[in-house]
Amino acid sequence: MRGSDLLKTTPAGLYCAAGNFHIDPLRPVKRALITHGHSDHARAGHDSVLATHETLAIMAARCGAEFAGTTQTAAYGERISIDGLTVSFHPAGHVLGSAQICIESKGLRVVISGDYKTMRDPTCAPFELVPCDVFISEATFGLPVFRHPDAAHEIARLIDSCRLFPERAHLVGAYSLGKAQRIMALVREAGWERPIYIHGTMEKLTRLYESEGIDLGEIVRVTGPERPKLGGEIVICPPSALQELWSRRFHEPVPAFASGWMRVRARARQRGVELPLVISDHADWDELCETVLATGCSELWVTHGEEDALVHWATGQGLAARPLHLIGYGEEEVEDLEPEKPAGEAGPALI
Amino acid sequence: MNRLAELLDRLSFEPSRNNKLRLMTDYFRSTPDPERGYALAALTGALAFQHAKPGLIRALISERVDPTLFYMSYDYVGDLSETVALLWPEPAKDEAGVGHNRPPLALSEVVTTLATSGKLHLPSILARWLDQLDEIGRWALLKLITGSLRVGVSARLAKTAVGDLGGKEPNEIEEVWHGLAPPYIDLFAWVEGREARPEATDPAPFRPPMLAHPIEEPDLAALNPEDFSAEWKWDGIRMQVVAGHDANGKRVLRMFSRTGEENTHAFPDLAEALAHLPAQDFAIDGELLILREGRVQPFSVLQQRLNRKTVSAKHLADFPAYVRAYDLLSLNGEDLRPLAFRDRRKRLEAFVAAANEPRLDLSPLVHFKTWEELAAARADPASAGAEADAAAVEGVMLKRVDSIYVPGRPKGPWYKWKRDPFNVDAVMMYAQRGHGKRSSFYSDYTFGVWRDGESGDELVPVGKAYSGITDEELARLDRYVRNHTINRFGPVREVEYNSDKGLVLEIAFEGINWSSRHKSGIALRFPRINRIRWDKPPKDADRIGVLEALLKEREPA
Ligand SMILES: [Zn+2]
Ligand SMILES: [Zn+2]
Repeated sequence: MRGSDLLKTTPAGLYCAAGNFHIDPLRPVKRALITHGHSDHARAGHDSVLATHETLAIMAARCGAEFAGTTQTAAYGERISIDGLTVSFHPAGHVLGSAQICIESKGLRVVISGDYKTMRDPTCAPFELVPCDVFISEATFGLPVFRHPDAAHEIARLIDSCRLFPERAHLVGAYSLGKAQRIMALVREAGWERPIYIHGTMEKLTRLYESEGIDLGEIVRVTGPERPKLGGEIVICPPSALQELWSRRFHEPVPAFASGWMRVRARARQRGVELPLVISDHADWDELCETVLATGCSELWVTHGEEDALVHWATGQGLAARPLHLIGYGEEEVEDLEPEKPAGEAGPALI
Repeated sequence: MNRLAELLDRLSFEPSRNNKLRLMTDYFRSTPDPERGYALAALTGALAFQHAKPGLIRALISERVDPTLFYMSYDYVGDLSETVALLWPEPAKDEAGVGHNRPPLALSEVVTTLATSGKLHLPSILARWLDQLDEIGRWALLKLITGSLRVGVSARLAKTAVGDLGGKEPNEIEEVWHGLAPPYIDLFAWVEGREARPEATDPAPFRPPMLAHPIEEPDLAALNPEDFSAEWKWDGIRMQVVAGHDANGKRVLRMFSRTGEENTHAFPDLAEALAHLPAQDFAIDGELLILREGRVQPFSVLQQRLNRKTVSAKHLADFPAYVRAYDLLSLNGEDLRPLAFRDRRKRLEAFVAAANEPRLDLSPLVHFKTWEELAAARADPASAGAEADAAAVEGVMLKRVDSIYVPGRPKGPWYKWKRDPFNVDAVMMYAQRGHGKRSSFYSDYTFGVWRDGESGDELVPVGKAYSGITDEELARLDRYVRNHTINRFGPVREVEYNSDKGLVLEIAFEGINWSSRHKSGIALRFPRINRIRWDKPPKDADRIGVLEALLKEREPA
């Protein structure tokens, strides 16, 4: 048995014929196993969905309770059998409820990591290393220029800037699932006791995090008349809001942006960001390399991102490595660059 | 170095002029001599040392990083210094001297070391410095020593920030500037009111130029044609030629670019000719052009001269440089800038006539009574007096006859009315990642038009465009390229293109020339994307004949 007997790439994404299920499918399928709640991985309209309890809650919050025909909860570590295969979900450290999916069949172990990071994140379960034969990794930051610094250092820069420009609101663009709540938690750890303000679109998911027992301190939704008065305060908003009329109601705001892309100056400048914060929920180059080696895998498949460099490196390490060129993932990290995408459009190549 | 790196980093992202000033003034106020003086020199481009060559930096990184990974990273980041700053491996603690209580690297140490140490030691010195700094520090250092620091601060803005320390106007700083040298101890002492004003000693100083605002046809209705004088806008390079005498009575002639960079050495033929004019001292504002047999050559010819780092005698003869004067800023000790344009123009005409120098001529006025007349001249310069030089005309300049010469870009006195661009619908064929502002995206596109091939219609590349689109469009095009790649040649991706599938780009361009370097035989000038025609099938893009017809039309008879 080989990895390629177990999993194939199809226009709908990775497909396991033996179990007749897709993983993070890009279009509606009969049976979907979903790694985490980001919109490029967790789409509505499948007949049945198997995911962690938190991921199911996030999908319901994002797409409405009717997002799938039936749902089934997978607890971390629970062994679930599907048509003679064993499937299990393990923490990926990416966002709340995020999981790597392990498929075992006749002594072969394949791990689909979904999106993951091994750096500390107070808002989700830490990444668990699952030894395997075939490791399927993303490579959003698969270039050695991407080395994320300690997130606490970046948060300290944000807080310093609030002190330096006490008359200017600090608008922190952050993806509304995961990144936003992680920043809130980190800001609290840095000793910030004032309320943290949020854009209205962040409220639902933030409350969901709180209801899952994550303490974020006092979180206040920004109202219109308040905006000009928030000098020196931290306001978290979706990245696209930095360019919208919404942000102009603040007095001379400092546009900040929390993303791994901020490591590259041109990316920050392209967005008019004045305070780039290099904080990412994806593994950086060093984490990717360390994780691949630590799994002990003999085969590496790379789903999306900067796959060429990671494949080159892995080949040099003696691994059988190949890119899958999957199209349609990675949107959450580029979401900020693509403000208006018609709903349901996965990517032009699929049309 | 750390504080300066922080300042440079913050400046590079700060768009507001006022906040930039605030950041710089804070830095100058809180940083001691001589560090702040060297920082000022760095910001004004006045640091003098042999710049490190990119080859040296590549060599250093190649000892430390896999070459393929370096190459992929560089392709992605698009900037050598930044790539190396990010890739540089963190040294083991004791190598970096952390915990050894060594003072942090200072800019003054960098400047003095570079001025005194030989080339041979540079690689090891640089590696030691890079080991001591973090990403931002490494970026700033590499930018500095390669002479490619760009943080959106003009020399003038940096001087304004220094002036703000003690309520001095930027022009006051400008007047003493050319007599000063880094680390500017006397300048800071004067601005802070501790010492007297330093003496200005520059015999041939640069004068900040006056610039024009763009104008479009509908805006003209609000203006009275009688108030304005018009001349051709030449497609060359703005140049200021200044002559004076130093303390020993020796003639000094200097040529400056629009931004005040001296480039006399690049045009020895012109400098030689102008150094012998009869006037004692003068400052001419004009356009650098290449003339052959009395005819102005298109910009592409000038470009060939500019591309050469060192100029051979043959090159000088093949690409003779001229100045076409349109203003006179000073003459024999008299500052003419407070005079009205019409009076300066009279002085200029007399000056050029008296000079009687073939390398110096007068930019002619375009006579008109109504805006319609001027519009006609702009549409057809050849028939309106530009004659054989028409190919080098890129529009008309409008100057209020009563306007004095004000540095900067004042609103109202001067306008540029550029010729309308040409358009062609072309098909995207290849894409490459860009550099600078748009690096890491597939932002440079090679596009082609249809021609008759051996087996039916085929696309022939006619140019490359990398601007004209918004960031949203850029992101969409980047995704388009990644999802429609059919071939990879190193950093170049070939995208899908045939009569049914592919992407049509409406390309605007300013001019067109024959070119032996391009497969199509045609080169477009300043091509940019006007519109992305997501709606248009590739088979409806233009054919090469459209461009060839345009070229023939513009060929001087
Ligand atoms: Zn994700
Ligand atoms: Zn993802």
